Amino acid sequence: MTGLAFHATVAARRFDLALDVPEGTTVAVLGPNGAGKSTLLALIAGLLKPDAGTAAWGGTTFFGADVWLPPHRRGVAMLAQEALLFPHLSVLENVAFGPRSAGQARVASREAALHWLEEVEAADLATKRPGELSGGQAQRVAIARALAADPTLLLLDEPLAALDIAVTPTLRRMLRRVLAGRTAIIVTHEVLDALTLADRVVVIGHGGVVEQGDTREVLERPRHPFTAELAGLNLLRGRVVEGGIETPVGRVSAASRLIAGTRGAAALRPSAITVHATEPGQRAGVNLVRVEVSDLEPRGDVIRVRSAALFADLTPAQAAALDLEPGSTAWFAFAADDVSLYGL
Amino acid sequence: MTISSAVPRWIVVIAAIGAVFVLLPIVAMTTRVDWGQFFPLISSAASRDALLLSLRTSLASTVVCVVLGVPMSLVLARTTFAGQRAVRALVLLPLVLPPVIGGIALLAAYGRMGLLGQTFQVLGIQIAFSTTAVVLAQSFVALPFLVLSLEGALRIAGTRYEAVAATLGASPSTVLWRVTMPLVLPAILSGAVLSFARALGEFGATLTFAGSLQGVTRTLPLEIYLQRETDPDAAVALALVLVVVSLLVVGLTLRTSGVTRRSAL
Repeated sequence: MTGLAFHATVAARRFDLALDVPEGTTVAVLGPNGAGKSTLLALIAGLLKPDAGTAAWGGTTFFGADVWLPPHRRGVAMLAQEALLFPHLSVLENVAFGPRSAGQARVASREAALHWLEEVEAADLATKRPGELSGGQAQRVAIARALAADPTLLLLDEPLAALDIAVTPTLRRMLRRVLAGRTAIIVTHEVLDALTLADRVVVIGHGGVVEQGDTREVLERPRHPFTAELAGLNLLRGRVVEGGIETPVGRVSAASRLIAGTRGAAALRPSAITVHATEPGQRAGVNLVRVEVSDLEPRGDVIRVRSAALFADLTPAQAAALDLEPGSTAWFAFAADDVSLYGL
Repeated sequence: MTISSAVPRWIVVIAAIGAVFVLLPIVAMTTRVDWGQFFPLISSAASRDALLLSLRTSLASTVVCVVLGVPMSLVLARTTFAGQRAVRALVLLPLVLPPVIGGIALLAAYGRMGLLGQTFQVLGIQIAFSTTAVVLAQSFVALPFLVLSLEGALRIAGTRYEAVAATLGASPSTVLWRVTMPLVLPAILSGAVLSFARALGEFGATLTFAGSLQGVTRTLPLEIYLQRETDPDAAVALALVLVVVSLLVVGLTLRTSGVTRRSAL
């Protein structure tokens, strides 16, 4: 198999991680700040030396025992949060930088640069200086510049995080187009990036891999609380029983084809939960959990009501009507049909 | 005058006193110039020799400073090695050393009886008391100005553009010529101008190491000092010439550092 095979440790950053990226696939690396995402990319790009480990692409060893391939020989291009276009070069010269460095003639590298600028719909910017570009335009040019270097592996470090919200959908679509069929690692904490751009996700936390797999599978059926939090899902783990699952918040009924007695997990969207300030009557097919509200967190146009094990999203009007505050008691109600139950 | 931020009035008063302190002697000197005799005074053979020698040697030492100083700044700013702090302190030593001591040190190294002087003598090269010695003395005192300003600029510029260039396939040399150098070019220019100015004003190390031979080692500052004894009017006239040249240099520095500020935006 060609592709990237990587394993490295950096003691000072408590980083110890193994990762395989098959050729032609895009892997999203999800994780909170400080989980080691940037360290991972710096190690692969050759901007940081590991304490121990090996990394190779096919027959080319990036690093290993007594081996160290400098960054410019790895064929690994990196796209960062900021475009980092060379300020003293025009847009066209920026994009032509990779081909020029690879030894191509001036004319040929300019042609390649124009081709990639057209590919990201930025050919009209060719004569401009980086200082004259908007954030979105600069990032387009940076994408073209990275692709023009003809990398075997493309690293993307939160490429959309620093951009205006208005331009991110367009750029995300463009990235999906140019990443198709390429080998790429995209570091993000945006689930949408992973769902649109990646074939696989790797969730990392505390310097190691928490879980990995097919993007949709991992994000819809998280196994780890950390992944569930990223995916914006409630996760209850416990023992499967007849017609449901026994969890720390009590028995949750759900449609189940699992064998009783095995370990399972229940995922639940926070918007599927109805919150009551007083205890409602029991109804068939509806789970009811008594909780103590720990926090009320505004998130865009919803208010997230958190308790120890579950969280629910309310509209501001609903939240105001319930008059909740941290410490107050509430009842979370959710239909058995809304619970997704799967084995661990 | 627009007030962009509130500076206490007493600060402005002290600053004005400082400005007067610097300007008053220069103005006073111009009042002593014998304007009727100005051009004859500065165009005597000795004066012309001194001015041309000063310009020639200062230019040569500026080249030496750039050729040696740019790599030194790069190594200091972009690498880490054992004893780096000590090396930096030693490199900057000529900045704080009295120039006479610099001259004595240079004699000890390259003089006829010096550490390397004998080797050079075998090869038929004598450095001390030659124009080469003037250039060496000027380079010795001027080099830290370039290293100091360029190292600071390299640190401020950071390594992020260089990292991007490397991941785009650029070898370290390509990164240096196509990214690092263009980014810090304004700092190299202003550092070179500062070095030139320092070389132009060099006196102590030159006199000690190179002596004072007309047309060979007697630069403008040496000529002015000498004339002060015999022909004070000529000394003042020549001093004014040096002031004008220095003003031009300062003006050039301000313009290049203005470029730095603009490109930083």
